[in-house]
Amino acid sequence: MDPSSALLWVLVGPALVAVAVAALGRWPNLREGATLVGASSVFAGVAGVLLPSVWAGGRPRLDLVEFLPGLTLALELEPLGMVFALVASGLWIITSVYAAGYLRGKNESHQTRFFVCFALAIFGALGVAFAGNMITLFVFYEAITLSTFPLVTHAGTEAAKRAGRVYLGVLMGTSIAFLLLAVAWTQHLAGTTEFTVGGILNGRVDSQLLPWLLALYALGTAKAALMPFHRWLPAAMVAPTPVSALLHAVAVVKAGVFTITKVVIYIFGLDLLQTTGASTWLQALAAFTLISAAIVALSQDNLKRRLAYSTISQLAYIVLGASLVTTSSLVGAGLHIVTHAFGKITLFFCAGAIYVGAHKSRISEMHGLGVKMPWTFAAFFVASLSIIGIPPLGGAWSKWFLASGAAEAERLPLLALYMVSSLLAIGYLMPVVGKAFFLPPDDNEHDDEHPIHEPWMCVLPPVLTAAGCVALFFFMDPIAGLLGSIWTPPGGAP
Amino acid sequence: MSSPLGELIRENLPALQVILPMIMAPVCVLVRHRTVAWFLAVAVTWTTFAISLALLQIVRAHGLISYAMGGWEAPWGIELRIEPVNAFVLLIVSGISAVVLSAARRSFEEEIPRDRLYLLYAAFLLCETGLLGMAGAGDAFNVFVFLEISSLATYAMIAMGPHRRALTSAFRYLVMGTVGGTFILFGIGLLYMVTGTLNIEDLHHRLQAIDADRTVLVALVCVLIGTSIKLALLPLGAWLPNAYTFAPSAVTAFLAATATKVAFYVMARFVYRIFGADLAFERFHIDSVLMPLALIAMFLGAALAIFERDVKRLLAYSSLSQIGYMVLGLSLASVTGLTGGIVHLFNHALMKSGLFLVMACAAYRIGSTRLSALRGLGKRMPITAATFVAGGLAMIGVPLTAGFVSKWYLVKGALENDLWPVALLVLLSSLLAVIYVWKVVEVFYFQEPPEEAGRQEAPWSMLLPTMFLIGASLYFGIFTDGTVGIAEWSARELLGGAP
Repeated sequence: MDPSSALLWVLVGPALVAVAVAALGRWPNLREGATLVGASSVFAGVAGVLLPSVWAGGRPRLDLVEFLPGLTLALELEPLGMVFALVASGLWIITSVYAAGYLRGKNESHQTRFFVCFALAIFGALGVAFAGNMITLFVFYEAITLSTFPLVTHAGTEAAKRAGRVYLGVLMGTSIAFLLLAVAWTQHLAGTTEFTVGGILNGRVDSQLLPWLLALYALGTAKAALMPFHRWLPAAMVAPTPVSALLHAVAVVKAGVFTITKVVIYIFGLDLLQTTGASTWLQALAAFTLISAAIVALSQDNLKRRLAYSTISQLAYIVLGASLVTTSSLVGAGLHIVTHAFGKITLFFCAGAIYVGAHKSRISEMHGLGVKMPWTFAAFFVASLSIIGIPPLGGAWSKWFLASGAAEAERLPLLALYMVSSLLAIGYLMPVVGKAFFLPPDDNEHDDEHPIHEPWMCVLPPVLTAAGCVALFFFMDPIAGLLGSIWTPPGGAP
Repeated sequence: MSSPLGELIRENLPALQVILPMIMAPVCVLVRHRTVAWFLAVAVTWTTFAISLALLQIVRAHGLISYAMGGWEAPWGIELRIEPVNAFVLLIVSGISAVVLSAARRSFEEEIPRDRLYLLYAAFLLCETGLLGMAGAGDAFNVFVFLEISSLATYAMIAMGPHRRALTSAFRYLVMGTVGGTFILFGIGLLYMVTGTLNIEDLHHRLQAIDADRTVLVALVCVLIGTSIKLALLPLGAWLPNAYTFAPSAVTAFLAATATKVAFYVMARFVYRIFGADLAFERFHIDSVLMPLALIAMFLGAALAIFERDVKRLLAYSSLSQIGYMVLGLSLASVTGLTGGIVHLFNHALMKSGLFLVMACAAYRIGSTRLSALRGLGKRMPITAATFVAGGLAMIGVPLTAGFVSKWYLVKGALENDLWPVALLVLLSSLLAVIYVWKVVEVFYFQEPPEEAGRQEAPWSMLLPTMFLIGASLYFGIFTDGTVGIAEWSARELLGGAP
């Protein structure tokens, strides 16, 4: 198939899945089958048709509709979006297996609505990945928010409703007040919002105003969970775990950092930010978020909340990489989107498996569980090492690129910061594994009444993604090469 | 059409537009049968809609239609003058009349004593006459005359509301509306005193020629106050929430989309076409008053909506806020800003009348529009509730809905004038819209319906027009060539001064 039209088909794939799931709601097995088949076809389209084209230096493009003069809904795929699309669609397959196991294991209500919204959220994420200009990205960005809202409030309890309000309030509030203003301002200054290598703002904007415009973009993209707009992420942890796993560790938050990275590369351009230093303040904010979220994570007893703060900290790595504006740091940011996705989704899968299998959500209750759930905790251990950044796991590479980016930008204190934060990551992740394997189980619990029950659909996925963390260490080169081709496309004009 | 009759009709379209409903209103009274009257009224409104479509085509081709009533040439005779702007307004008024009236029969029969329905249809047609006349009139005095026709019909329609408080609401509106009308009449009188003419084009030329003094300023102020009352710009719009809340449901849907919109058009036409942008903005700086008022209306209206427990009244407060957007566009005095104001006139008419029709559907089945009565509407009336969500998204201004288009132009207009705080305020106020829309959505979907309530959807005769209006407000968010094109053309014409 011609890559440009494939772009559209792959994009509408998840939307079609949503329709099919809604239609098949009465037959759960068929319904999950539809999700699985759909997810696999979408991934096949991304990996089989789009990847070869982008790999060869192609930039498939499709203009859909010009809905206002100068504002076109357009799709264009470049390496960074390619990587994001691969991660989101690939992990969607694994997550749909896991979600089926999780929801059935817990006898959740409204399962059809869950899978419909889930597919729509993936639709939004792919739209963000494929967006050819800022206004298109904004449209899909909002689509993600709206489609994930029913997932966050899935439980329907008072706590879920309250969390839903925070979620919608922060994400929509910042995006309408700041991000949309930034888009309108960009359109006003540059006459376009098309993503262009080297940026579109050079020479069009007073350098005094640049930091402000960047601030509107960075703070408007609350999905990146930069402080002070990070509160929605811990709040969203009331959602069922598959949502936390794929959406709040991969699709939603990565859409956020992806947006910031994309804005830095394609709206501002590296040269402009390097020469004016307009992103220096963002480095400071990201560094602050990175450390303080890690410290907060140390004190969380609820496993999912701890993971959420860890995510905030890890997302700040990506924003920091983007704000350093060197090619290495940006490649590092792109790679970290991948490695953190695999690591964090594994951790959430494990958290959910523990919840379904042993009905435990607090770390202090997990003593001695490691022996009873060896596969789950082994996967947790491997993924933790990847998040911390220890070879031979994927996370080591992204941190390597980020660190060398900091060195290139001559920000040596940041190297120390990376060290400290890795130590903090050890501090908030390793005790979970340690307590599970080495502390004796609490005997006062009536454990025999609740025998450990692990559905295979909840055990296999984390093992697979943990294996993915290992594999990433050995196959990082092609991904880094792909990201590098943003600036030097193979065989094509830049 | 080449036959003599066809030619005759074609030449007299501007007059037919106004006269048809005017003639049919007394016929409705004579018929006295509610279904026949309804049928006649629907036929007339659809005919006026067809006429306004035809007029728009002619204006697109020729740019202007000047029609001399009875063959008396302007500036002495009565002129109907169809330009891009009011062709657009005529289209909205007649289109909304047609759709709303088609949907209204079941709702009216539920809410109003059946033996008085024919009077309501007559009043409806008279109101449409007045509104179409206001939009089409080429001289200032007839704007006032038609304004009074439409206002009197409106008071009668509101007073027919099912609740007793409809009477006090109608009376309050009557007082305010009369004060507003009087201010406009004062303004017109002063203008006549200064220039000796009433024809709008003539007024414009003569005002440019003379040195504008205090009399002209007073005339401008009178017109602004009068139109502000009629279009419900806060703080002069306090009559609106009660009038909208207690009027029959379908009447509210009609008024919300037409009465305030035509009043806005009158304000724009007086400011730009009689006084001219130079006089109004460069000399008298009306933007220094209008813009703050518009911003206050945007926020105050939305804030009041957030704390409201009756959805109909919530939507009425939201109208106050949305009217602020339109006036803001007018006060920016640039092509982009004015385009935003005019396109919002169109878009808001679609979505607000759609949302009020949703409430008419809910009131038809449930008998109340209070939030507490609408619990679990997502389960009880799934289509109705989903339509509300779609309309609500358009109201917030989510991209690819009509609401986004208007807001984009307002933000762009503000940025072009280097008023970035205004741009930020426009966006912040749409956050308030998120809150009041979502408050309703939560009640629809997160609260369980009362025990005894079953699933009972509104009749299709009401649902289809409702879905049509909301669907249109989504359609015009994606395919904007038509609306934005006409709005921008109108804005240029209004700003361009002499035609």
